[in-house]
Amino acid sequence: MNAILSLFAVIGLALIAFIGVKVAHLEFLFGTAIPYIALAVFLIGVISRVLKWGRTPVPFRIPTTCGQQQSLPWIKQSKLDNPSTGAGVIGRMFLEVFLFRSLFSNTKFELREGPKLAYSSTRWLWLGGLAFHWTFFVVLIRHLRLFTEPVPGFLHSIEALDGFLQVGIPGVLISGVVLLFAATYLFLRRVFIPSVRYISLAADYFPLFLIMGVALSGILMRYVVRVDIVSVKMLTMGLASLSPVVPEGISAIFYVHLFLVSALFAYIPYSKIMHLGGVFLSPTRNLANNSRMVRHINPWNYPVEVHTYEEYENDFREKMKKAGLPVEKE
Amino acid sequence: MAKTPKPDELSKIDYAPPQSAWMDTPAELKEGNWCYGAKPKNLETLHFPNPREWRVQDEDWKLPENWQEIILKGMKDLLDKYRSFRVFMDICVRCGACADKCHFFIGSGDPKNMPVLRAELLRSVYRGNFTKAGKILGKLAGARELTYSVLKEWWYYFFQCTECRRCSVFCPYGIDTAEITMMGRELLNLLGLNTDWISGPAANCYMKGNHLGLEPHTIVGNLEYMLDDIETVTGIKITPTFNRKGAEILFVTPSGDLFADPGTYTCMGYLMLFHELGLDYTWSTYASEGGNFGFFTSNELAKRLNSKIYAEAKRLGVKWILGGECGHMWRVLNQYMDTWNGPADFLQVPKSPITGTVFENAKSTKMVHIAEFTADLIKNGKLKLDKSRNDNLKVTFHDSCNTSRGMGIFEEPRYIINNTCNHFYEMDELTTREKTFCCGSGSGLNAGENMEIRMRGGLPRANAVKDVVDKYGVNMVANICAIDRAVLTASLDYWVPGTGVTGVHELVANALIMKGEQPRTTNLRGMPLPGTEGQE
Repeated sequence: MNAILSLFAVIGLALIAFIGVKVAHLEFLFGTAIPYIALAVFLIGVISRVLKWGRTPVPFRIPTTCGQQQSLPWIKQSKLDNPSTGAGVIGRMFLEVFLFRSLFSNTKFELREGPKLAYSSTRWLWLGGLAFHWTFFVVLIRHLRLFTEPVPGFLHSIEALDGFLQVGIPGVLISGVVLLFAATYLFLRRVFIPSVRYISLAADYFPLFLIMGVALSGILMRYVVRVDIVSVKMLTMGLASLSPVVPEGISAIFYVHLFLVSALFAYIPYSKIMHLGGVFLSPTRNLANNSRMVRHINPWNYPVEVHTYEEYENDFREKMKKAGLPVEKE
Repeated sequence: MAKTPKPDELSKIDYAPPQSAWMDTPAELKEGNWCYGAKPKNLETLHFPNPREWRVQDEDWKLPENWQEIILKGMKDLLDKYRSFRVFMDICVRCGACADKCHFFIGSGDPKNMPVLRAELLRSVYRGNFTKAGKILGKLAGARELTYSVLKEWWYYFFQCTECRRCSVFCPYGIDTAEITMMGRELLNLLGLNTDWISGPAANCYMKGNHLGLEPHTIVGNLEYMLDDIETVTGIKITPTFNRKGAEILFVTPSGDLFADPGTYTCMGYLMLFHELGLDYTWSTYASEGGNFGFFTSNELAKRLNSKIYAEAKRLGVKWILGGECGHMWRVLNQYMDTWNGPADFLQVPKSPITGTVFENAKSTKMVHIAEFTADLIKNGKLKLDKSRNDNLKVTFHDSCNTSRGMGIFEEPRYIINNTCNHFYEMDELTTREKTFCCGSGSGLNAGENMEIRMRGGLPRANAVKDVVDKYGVNMVANICAIDRAVLTASLDYWVPGTGVTGVHELVANALIMKGEQPRTTNLRGMPLPGTEGQE
């Protein structure tokens, strides 16, 4: 149900753009106004969300320690999984953000007769997630060619690398295709793994369909329904230089693509996609386990009601004396 | 009290989620899965809100009329105080990596025991009240209203989480359900909704210094029993001191070690070790609790209970503090104590008077874990150990949740075990160290009336023990946690009968060759030592 609703929502978005351009000829709206609005919503939304997180205090030092602590000098510390220094934390975060290290160590279990619980390593989610995020990133970077003139050299290199298969005309760029497959895999596991289906919200399917829609429209545009790339670049350069122009004759599929991208960007600050910022601020990962060495300060630490030794001795003085325990007051 | 099903019944677990969506499936509070509600006298002692007689099975939990307002205000307050809470409310992508990492999910198949759903119980209310998307889109954005039924669901499931943090190891963003559960329980406590198994010990600890409510003379008396037993086994009379000013070291351990087997054997281990070293140390009857049931209630109560340790160290004028074998005690000491009640500038950087080792890793808190202390002694050749005295044991080591994932003390206890026992076997590596399973009843769940969920939650750990029992004939599970010693005794008896539980310092004491001891014929449990069976 959640999945179907989300699918219709994305199809609806695509139709809005298609009809808006084909029938109502709102090229200017979809080609310039909406992308600007979406970008503004994205930037303001993301910045205000990150500021909100950043302004919230971190009262305690609560890293999840996943290895040997720093202890006696002859005991080997696990410097990445249980960092006690800033460098260790940077290493841990790097591996987490770029290589999804925690997911790499994922396991699954099976309950057999006996009962016997058997655990094993499983890396499909790690692989699918890694493929999804990295190809998304490459696709995003590749699109910078539409917003730069002359196109910087490194973009040519990335594109050359991306097209290493050297098949098809124009050459197939592997990133877009893998992105579509990876998104499809992430969708299918959501549907077919019962526990994952059970926890999935519309807010989980919607961004997946949206990204699949973006990838699909992009792929169609490049390989099937060819668009006039020169006109597209005129439009995107207009956007980038803040002097928007809408050249004639760009096919509707481009506007569908652009509108889905706009929807995605505007949606990000209000969605789970904010994990891309949140992962950096997660106190169980980005803190060193050094709270016995360096006192961590809680900005809102306040005095609390305590039961003092004096009160305790008042309660038990006679019993303490009888048991031969020293007391402060006779 | 509900009758606990037999192991073969309990191990038939259905992992298929129900047909109806989780938001449309109200929690059914099944007997055997929850603990009795907090009694008014304990809440009164602690000055907590809404003390009253109430029963979990009753429709009406006697809440203040504006309870929703109280919770939502409390939630706003916590969101403003804890970045962890705010970030964890916002960034979960529901990838499901955590889903099958929870011992309660593995043991029960209840989807709301998947860490992700446990968090969603809270998140859904957060979205409905604190996010734009949730306010506008409602259920589509995963939002829901805070109803009486939702509140009961919270109570049921936040007291079905042991704050073990295993899920947070696997989460790609480190979302920590312990943190979520702590927030959930803190909110519930605003309405007087604690369990009595937690508020009772917390009240005891507040007034009497320890969870068990042992009064000063009882502590002395309990230790005297142990001293007699030690004398019987070793021929050595030990005379520890209490509340002694001017001692070099204050020793603090969970009160469970003073009270019941097998914790008492661990306690005897401490006494024997310190005597053999001639350590200048003292026990305290005021700070007679290392553990902290306040930690399972609210941040403020945890701080209130913890304050005694530094206060007592200051009053007695000791140089530093040594802490016994306990799990959550060490999460608190490592990650919270100094922040709450420090700086401990009246103490000195801990230095072992025996080896001269300076514990640089504790230079601010001034508190050393006894496994660090003992490992250092052994490494420096300060202890005479006869491993063969533990030859009747085939030992495995259970890493406790909190010392593993809230500290990272893995090698020290293993080093000690390897130097005190000849037969040591590791469990499946996907169930040890940072991936260790909870004993099943941490964070204040080790009551009697919730035995079914305890045994369910204890299944993954017990099952990994069974594996090494079958493979290597393991007969003893060593650990460094007082709750483990109490809980594993019950869960192993249920799932793997015949397997014992021991603290690491019981193993040390049995192997320790003491100056002037009589030839030992039994270990601390009064069992004949290997090679001496049948003598006499």
